[in-house]
Amino acid sequence: MSAHDLTQKHKLLECIQCGMCTGVCPVSKKTNLNVRNYMREAAVYGELPRHPENELWSCTTCATCEARCPKEIKPYEFLIDIRGSDVEAGKIATTLRDALESVFKNGNPWGRIRSKRTEWTQDLAVKHYAKDMDFLYFVGCTPAYDPRAQEVAKSFVTCLEKAGISFGILGTEENCCGNEVYGMGEKGLFEHLAEANQKLFRKYDLKQLVTSCPHSYHTFKNRYETRNFEVNHHTQLLANLIDEERLAFQKKLGKKIIYHDPCFLGKQNNIYDEPRKIIESLPDVELLEFDRSRERSLCCEGGGGRMWIDIPGPRLAEARVQEAIDYGAQILAVACPFCLSTFEDAVKTAGVEDQIQIKDVAELLSQTL
Amino acid sequence: MQIVWTSTLHSYMPIFVSFLHPLQQSQFLFYCCLISLSSLHAGKALNRPILRFQSSSWVRTVSRTGKSRGPEEPRIGVFICHCGSNIADIVDVKEVVDFASKFPNVVFAVDERYVCSEPGQALIRENIRKHKLNRVIVASCSPRMHETTFRKALEAEGLNPFLLEITNLREQCSWVHMHEPRKATQKAKVLVASAIAKATLLEPLTPMKFSVTPAALVIGGGIAGIQASLDLANIGFKVHLVEKTPSIGGHMAQLDKTFPTLDCSACILTPKMVDVSRHPNITLWSYSEVESISGFIGNFKATIVEKARYINKSLCTGCGTCASKCPVKTIPNEFDLGLGTRSVAYIPFPQAVPLIYTIDKENCLYFTKGVCRVCEKTCPFKAVDFNQQDKKVEIEVGTIVIATGYDLFDANRKPEYGYKQYKNVLTNLEFERLISAAGPTGGQLVRPSDGRAPKKIAFVQCIGSRDILTNPYCSRVCCMASVKQAHQAKEKYPDAKVFVFYIDLRTFGKGYEEFLWRVQEEGVNLVRGKVAEIYRKPKDENLTVLFEDTLLGQTREMDFDMVILAAGLEPRVDAQQIQKALKLSMSPDSFFLEAHPKLRPVETHIAGVYLCGCAQGPKDIPDVVAQASAAASQASIPLIQGEVVSEPTIAYVDKELCCSCKICESVCVYDAIEADETDEEKRAKVNEALCVGCGSCAAACPARAITMYGFTKEQISKQLAALLTEPT
Repeated sequence: MSAHDLTQKHKLLECIQCGMCTGVCPVSKKTNLNVRNYMREAAVYGELPRHPENELWSCTTCATCEARCPKEIKPYEFLIDIRGSDVEAGKIATTLRDALESVFKNGNPWGRIRSKRTEWTQDLAVKHYAKDMDFLYFVGCTPAYDPRAQEVAKSFVTCLEKAGISFGILGTEENCCGNEVYGMGEKGLFEHLAEANQKLFRKYDLKQLVTSCPHSYHTFKNRYETRNFEVNHHTQLLANLIDEERLAFQKKLGKKIIYHDPCFLGKQNNIYDEPRKIIESLPDVELLEFDRSRERSLCCEGGGGRMWIDIPGPRLAEARVQEAIDYGAQILAVACPFCLSTFEDAVKTAGVEDQIQIKDVAELLSQTL
Repeated sequence: MQIVWTSTLHSYMPIFVSFLHPLQQSQFLFYCCLISLSSLHAGKALNRPILRFQSSSWVRTVSRTGKSRGPEEPRIGVFICHCGSNIADIVDVKEVVDFASKFPNVVFAVDERYVCSEPGQALIRENIRKHKLNRVIVASCSPRMHETTFRKALEAEGLNPFLLEITNLREQCSWVHMHEPRKATQKAKVLVASAIAKATLLEPLTPMKFSVTPAALVIGGGIAGIQASLDLANIGFKVHLVEKTPSIGGHMAQLDKTFPTLDCSACILTPKMVDVSRHPNITLWSYSEVESISGFIGNFKATIVEKARYINKSLCTGCGTCASKCPVKTIPNEFDLGLGTRSVAYIPFPQAVPLIYTIDKENCLYFTKGVCRVCEKTCPFKAVDFNQQDKKVEIEVGTIVIATGYDLFDANRKPEYGYKQYKNVLTNLEFERLISAAGPTGGQLVRPSDGRAPKKIAFVQCIGSRDILTNPYCSRVCCMASVKQAHQAKEKYPDAKVFVFYIDLRTFGKGYEEFLWRVQEEGVNLVRGKVAEIYRKPKDENLTVLFEDTLLGQTREMDFDMVILAAGLEPRVDAQQIQKALKLSMSPDSFFLEAHPKLRPVETHIAGVYLCGCAQGPKDIPDVVAQASAAASQASIPLIQGEVVSEPTIAYVDKELCCSCKICESVCVYDAIEADETDEEKRAKVNEALCVGCGSCAAACPARAITMYGFTKEQISKQLAALLTEPT
């Protein structure tokens, strides 16, 4: 895409150069990425900005820039389009290329074979989705393959079973949702995935989908063009079940828990209350709040393809974990598999395993049942 | 009330309009369609009052067709305007003149460089005389521009001004068909043909006159309302000034100093407030609200509700005993924006006008718990009256000035700044109260969290302004307000670090840029970049401000111990009440809309209603005062003239055809047509004072009993036929 096309598409000439997007950009702490400068170069001088890999690929597509922009410009979408040009020209890191290839070949970016997608269900009696079921649980690639995130899927399944919800999964038929593919700029592959998934959903006459991944949630909800099914995040469904008193709490937790709002759930979809509601209803817990929570939540650096490319510099997740400890939390609760993964890493690299645990809200809930 | 009928054409004074009411546009597809096709002046009658007029007994229904020079055989003169090059460069005007000359009733046709100019008007007059013209067509610009000009030319020659027809060859032809001169010329011919078709059927019309009540209502007692009231009162008219709160003064009374001269706001405002209270021509209705307004220019009736203060205003001397004896003293003071407290019996601030105490019913122990009454017992003048009731008063005025002011943008709508979450994040207005000697801290600029002096202060611009998600407009006063406050902060604490974070510093007024330089010299740091977020680190009292210095292209974090948010200006929440009562138009930003942004900046679409101050849009004090004087001047014109003239292009009901179905009544948004209850057969009757000539009733009438003067069915049909005929 030329600078002119980008300017037109993203309405870059409307930018008033206020610096909100850049001021709030979480990765500005570690790289020199200045999306405002990028946009200005394209819009005013008609030149595609020079974009070193560690700048362009540092964007996590957390969309805080969009949330702050007083002119409704989406700076991160502009960056995704620049990434798109690089992807097309093959000028991307091999780790990213491998992830994209794996999505194309195996339906997941983790380089794992399709048949292993249901491995996590081994000890569970999870059924394949059928038309008469209430919910399709869309597991997502990370909870399906990542050993740590698999625990979240298992916990969520436990909660659903205890509440007596009829649900099923798509098993090996399930495909990557495409959110990260979109964020990496490979929009052709994204369209392909979206079509394939929609076709699959139509085959099962899908009405209600629940996912434990905010990235899948976001992409189904906002990026799939002809969606005719309801999308729920697992925290929404679980909060509902608690409201309807369909879950009986058996055990006390006795913990101070601080909740971290995932970007794709909070800032991008305004889901702030449900996860807190779940935590608050758990027996014997104290819910703490970060000063920077809700609309001001920090990014963990898990989105926008960042799981497959390492950008050197200080890790935001480490700062966030330290902050949680400073607030006196014993558990840092999350609601996103990427947050889970980045914070787990941060706990290890910072060597604070004895001070804080990272748990998904579903895990905390299942522990008390 | 009395009506004066125009008997001579010379006293005719048209009131014309610029905009078409959107409601009418949609409702009146049929008429508007025809009207725009034939370049008629659809909106011309719409400046008429549109309020419910309660007593209609004085309105006589008589034929509005005038008796002056009657419609003998039409002798039409056609004047085609070049409009410099605007029309003539595209349209072949000579060809149009030739075309027009060939019509049977056209006795004269000519083109002229500027028909609106003096020689152009002389040309019309000369040819009316020379060719005994009794119909005039001007093919020029929009009738909104020069209809009055040309009507006057007709009038000067003793011709009824409504025997003029304007067709628009500029906006509706040459400008929109700039690249197709041939087609534009053909279209011009069609337009002229249709004007000729209509002109043959034009009839003389006579406007009507109404007397004017020589008094004005001013709504809002801030600096705008104060200035407008004083001006009107000084001209010599009775003024009713209505203020919602217990004292006049508005936002200006809350300010400490004013930019760029640093005058003490109270020092320059309070003398004016006192002038208001002492002026023999001003009746001040404080702690009062306008409940309803009816009528039309010259003859408005307003109901004012004077809220119960529970203190007799004629007995209260403002001694303050009630307040000092009142046991409840911890009510957040609205005037200090909750930074200070007041008693239940209170005046908002020491210089309040009128100096009458008010008992806040909601927090009064007597009203809530039935105990106390200490104020009643201790008042030396026996002024406390717990039995007082709200009082309704009806007043009659000729004109109305709206000066309802603004509300401050609620900074909570921008959660990224932590307003109300962090005690040391304040708004500009709160800063004013904090630094005011009469404020809650006695002028000590201290941090609300701990009462200590701030060492590092940030001013953050454009909170809620220049933002599509909240208010897209610039609030205009905040740049200078912050720069002034930065100066004040430096004045109090020369060693303090003061930063102003801005997108653009708009220092446009007289002496403003110079003031900015001064403040820079004083050591205030200006940073180009809007603050993106304010947060607090764990176990740290400081406010961390996150921003990009866009001139350096660097994202930074900086710690401050006080942050002042330049919250923008918004329309008053309750301005809608006034808007509905008067059916005023609002601009997209929800401020009241002026009749024309440049040429009629203080008038509204409703004749007799004027605007000033921040009710019309954000502006600083010099602009407010200037506009208030302008509004007062405009509002005094009808009062001085003593009578108003209305357009005669309104609806007329043929009683023979009317079947009393009342459909007209249901479609009229101006309540100007209704079944006549005094009439045995209950035929529809038009209230001529209220009818704006929109044509709704005429279009809706199934019996075709309603005629629009100046736009009759015959005229429009003939115009249409001409429009649909290929010109040769």
